[in-house]
Amino acid sequence: MATAVEFTLNGNAVAAIAEPGETLLSVLRNRLGDTSPKAGCLQGTCGACTVLVDGEPVLSCLLLADAAAGRHVETVRGLAQGPQLHPLQEAFMERFAAQCGFCTPGMLMAAKALLDHNRNPTRAEVIEAISGNVCRCTGYLPIIEAILEAARRLSARG
Amino acid sequence: MAKHRGRGVASVNYPIGMNLGGDPSQALVHATPTGKFVVTLSSIDLGQGMKSVTRQLAAETLGVPIEDVHVDTGDSDTGPHCMGSFASRGTHRAGNAVIAAAREAREVLLEVAAEELEVDPRDLELDGRGNVRVKGAPARTISVREVAQAAHFRRGKSISGRGMFLVPPSDVDPETGAMRPVTTYAHACMIVEVEVDDETGEVTVLSIKAAYEIGRALNIGLVEQQLVGGAWMGISHALFETVEPYYPDRAHGPVDFNTYLMPGPGDMCPVEIEIIERPALDGPYGAKGIGEMCATPPIPAIANAIEDAIGVRITEMPFTPEKILRALDAKRAAR
Repeated sequence: MATAVEFTLNGNAVAAIAEPGETLLSVLRNRLGDTSPKAGCLQGTCGACTVLVDGEPVLSCLLLADAAAGRHVETVRGLAQGPQLHPLQEAFMERFAAQCGFCTPGMLMAAKALLDHNRNPTRAEVIEAISGNVCRCTGYLPIIEAILEAARRLSARG
Repeated sequence: MAKHRGRGVASVNYPIGMNLGGDPSQALVHATPTGKFVVTLSSIDLGQGMKSVTRQLAAETLGVPIEDVHVDTGDSDTGPHCMGSFASRGTHRAGNAVIAAAREAREVLLEVAAEELEVDPRDLELDGRGNVRVKGAPARTISVREVAQAAHFRRGKSISGRGMFLVPPSDVDPETGAMRPVTTYAHACMIVEVEVDDETGEVTVLSIKAAYEIGRALNIGLVEQQLVGGAWMGISHALFETVEPYYPDRAHGPVDFNTYLMPGPGDMCPVEIEIIERPALDGPYGAKGIGEMCATPPIPAIANAIEDAIGVRITEMPFTPEKILRALDAKRAAR
């Protein structure tokens, strides 16, 4: 039987009807219209659907929507504050850290989870943080550089 | 048992676009009533930057700010014809068509501006900031927006242009049968350093250094990005990617991102690239194309580096640990 799921999405209270077994990714994309998390492999191996749940990176294609009830969900759509892009988004743009863009939302959220916990990550920590996210275009180097650049800007702000 | 280092070189002589001529692309440019410009194309942007480069080429040719150019590559069913985004042809073929279309639109723009200012169109120039002015008389000026409105609502003119690029089909030499395969070549040379573990057969790429001669680099950020991404793809083709089964048979072959192997962010070596610009005679503002060539040289360079390191020649991609170890066994047996 379909059930109502309520949680916080990028700071706003939301509610949706979810079918039994429906994933958080499906609820976000198909019921709440937030298509920023991407549906890639749908088996938890590509990372394109990465969102934050209570600040931790989660593969939303594997998480049942019910499991998000009452929790705080963040997606790329909530990253920018009005016209003000998040430092990660700025750095990704400036460093050409995207080509086709399909992995970018997942990369951004995996990177945000890292920087929220650690403002001064090492290169190895950045690599570890995005090692669950597959990119076919960039060769990863511009993404790693962009995350390190965003970390520098965030820590300069204090 | 030891780790061996080796160095390999590969060079590329890369033809731009489809061989033997033809290979057409078209573009249309038109002004809106507010003096913005739309370029309509069927050349699809799949992340390689077709739209960015098109905006740059159209803005440069028209003489208007890049912010005033919009690119519509929405639908290859209804758009002007293009052979497609492949063969590293987008910038060269579609780019030339965009320039031709923008030139024709610019002529109409200047004609209408000349009528409005009551001067000869040959005395007019664009300032690149959205205005048409009389050469040597900067006070005599009219905005592109005003020109567009005059064209639409008073002069009854369409500020628009058609662009077509077609490489002349190659003749056949009756004596030799020779044809001219292509008009423009890009070039590259790459040096790769590897480390080969003769116990596990594992190959690690330590560094990639390359020089690319690509004509004019229209957008240096996009060029560097593609060259780095291509280096990764080349490593991936050389060492990882295959749909062949590993063990024991095809049913155990790769079926998903868990089993279809590719290098992750931690497997990527430093990539150092020099870009050499030698404008192509028939390229859009001298540009060639880089698309596919950026993924090719790592493969032979890595094969050569492996041979340099351990003295065996691997001739089949990918150069897996199994193939390395079997080749080492064969070498030892031959002694």
